[in-house]
Amino acid sequence: MSAQAERPLLEICGVSAFYGKIQALRDVDMTVNRGEIVTMIGANGAGKSTLMMTIFGRPRARSGRIIFDGTDITGMPAHEIARMGLAQSPEGRRIFPRMTVMENLQMGAALADPEYFEADLRRVFELFPVLEKRQNQRGGTLSGGEQQMLAIARALMARPRFLLLDEPSLGLAPLLVKQIFDVIRELNEKEGLTVFLVEQNAFHALKLAHRGYVLVNGRVTMSGSGEELLAKEEVRAAYLEGGV
Amino acid sequence: MTDATRESAPAGGGKLAEAVKESAMAALLAFVLTSLMLGVRTVDAPGGLGLQYRWHLVIGAMVIVFVGRLLLKLFWWKEDGGAPAAVGAASGRFATLTEPLRKFAAPALVIFAFVLPFLPIADRQIIDIGILVLTYVLLGWGLNVVVGLAGLLDLGYVAFYAVGAYSYALLATHFGLSFWTVLPLAGILAAMWGMILGFPVLRLRGDYLAIVTLAFGEIIRVILLNWVEVTKGPDGISGIPRPSFFGLEFKRFGENTFHNFFGIEYSSMHRIIFLYYIILVLAMITNYVTMRLRRLPVGRAWEAMREDEIACRALGINTTNTKLTAFAIGAFFGGLGGSFFATRQGFISPESFTFIESAIILAIVVLGGMGSQFGVAVAAIAMIGGFELLRNMDWVKGFVESTFGIENFDPNEYRMLIFGLLMVVIMVWKPRGFVGTRMPTIFLGKERKAISGDLVKEGEG
Repeated sequence: MSAQAERPLLEICGVSAFYGKIQALRDVDMTVNRGEIVTMIGANGAGKSTLMMTIFGRPRARSGRIIFDGTDITGMPAHEIARMGLAQSPEGRRIFPRMTVMENLQMGAALADPEYFEADLRRVFELFPVLEKRQNQRGGTLSGGEQQMLAIARALMARPRFLLLDEPSLGLAPLLVKQIFDVIRELNEKEGLTVFLVEQNAFHALKLAHRGYVLVNGRVTMSGSGEELLAKEEVRAAYLEGGV
Repeated sequence: MTDATRESAPAGGGKLAEAVKESAMAALLAFVLTSLMLGVRTVDAPGGLGLQYRWHLVIGAMVIVFVGRLLLKLFWWKEDGGAPAAVGAASGRFATLTEPLRKFAAPALVIFAFVLPFLPIADRQIIDIGILVLTYVLLGWGLNVVVGLAGLLDLGYVAFYAVGAYSYALLATHFGLSFWTVLPLAGILAAMWGMILGFPVLRLRGDYLAIVTLAFGEIIRVILLNWVEVTKGPDGISGIPRPSFFGLEFKRFGENTFHNFFGIEYSSMHRIIFLYYIILVLAMITNYVTMRLRRLPVGRAWEAMREDEIACRALGINTTNTKLTAFAIGAFFGGLGGSFFATRQGFISPESFTFIESAIILAIVVLGGMGSQFGVAVAAIAMIGGFELLRNMDWVKGFVESTFGIENFDPNEYRMLIFGLLMVVIMVWKPRGFVGTRMPTIFLGKERKAISGDLVKEGEG
């Protein structure tokens, strides 16, 4: 492999971010390599979603640098970051409720070459067959799980090199969580899609991910492979106690 | 209060007593509300103002409220569901009733609009009302781009209308440019002002955006009022030239006149009908352009931005450009409308561009069902046409004067009251406006149907 390929796809170096005077991220360092699934776990308010949003430029990183594929994207506008091949399924899904499933998917493909639209559509319908059935229904009328699927499918329509998912398991039944995580694994194994996953559901996320980070009060306190973290007493006590 | 009394009352025999009690409460409320507003009137008396008491009006209002409430309670409202059940059922019936109608209504309306000047009913007054209605249809469709599609609440739309009107008035009176030259220019100038408004409000949403756009509308009006050297201030600009038909003028005498060229008798109606067709074509162009834009990436981006701005940015859509194009295109149509207004009136002054105009245009968009082209047209016809009808309702005048003993009753003075009532009724009955459905812009296969708004919450659709 060339030296370029050796370099991580995403590097976050010493990033701090603030909401007004409140510091949400403290000197966060992390990397995501090509073809990896990396997860960031942490409790409510640990700064997981902030990290995700900071990658997309809002809130701005007040210090540190975010480098994607060798390009410094710190402070770039969100739409330009998206144009570099990062797609995200944001916190709270944020699908377009009044638009139909098809229109939502079409919005996802706004940046992609229209030539691939049909093929990409078939691919996401294969991954999430329920969306095909619901294609002419309004996004807002879907169930929570279907909306989550739509959010992921919409992100995939952009043909991303790097997929960011913010709590895809939030508010979903265990069976649906498994279904969605299976799709993420499939995308990673079959297509080599790089995935960064922010999760509260530590057990599932760590089982799925190659590597993981633990975020506490805006600071990365632990990192390691998924199994390593799962085996750690502190992780078990803090995030897995009381069952899965 | 009414819920509590309803629950505590025994079933069956107590119903009438309960209804009477409730109606008595309502009548009491009516007394409180009407005692000063209807019951007392200031009149000129020797040595200052005197009071005239009109208790018969108060009693009349109380009786109407009492009987009305009693009848509603006994025969209309359902026992446990209360008012919403009846309202919901009514709107459901309405929806199924209008569904097949809607498919033909829009083309029928367009055809009607095109043949109207040749129908036997079309006298000067009808055509004038038609012109006025179509002006508001055009403005409604223009504002619909900003409010209905892009979801940016704009309370100062009249500013662009004013920019269009003054552009034509000034360019025509100073430089002798013709209507057809200035028309696109006025649109472009208004679009430019749309961008100028757009920049400072890029980061504002909802209420804050509404306040700033409201202020913008007022600023434009105040500038027109005070910049006397250019705009002639409150005196306005008069002698604005009329449009010509491919160089032919609508004058009784002269060389190049319309009736001479076609060898027909002169009639003042020709010009009116010509104006009618100008605004009709302008409105149709607006509609066509908007419908096309909706299917293009920029139109879809508008709608997506209305739904969720953050998600839009994450999908790589430049929301800055998207907002500015929405403001600019909406303003462009406003400018066309303004130009037309100037050439039709022949005289403009800042008085024509007050906040109430913005409010009426916005009301048309909201009543019509935000984002629905057909709904906006229906709302414009109902509101503007309705107002004009009020001016001519002599029987209402006669009826009110004879029954209530009010002198000089002018139904037209009550139009704002009726307008307010209409708004309340529509918002209760059909919270999404006349046409609460929207046509998706993309389909797989042949299935093509409107997506009803009833399935999602108001906030989401």
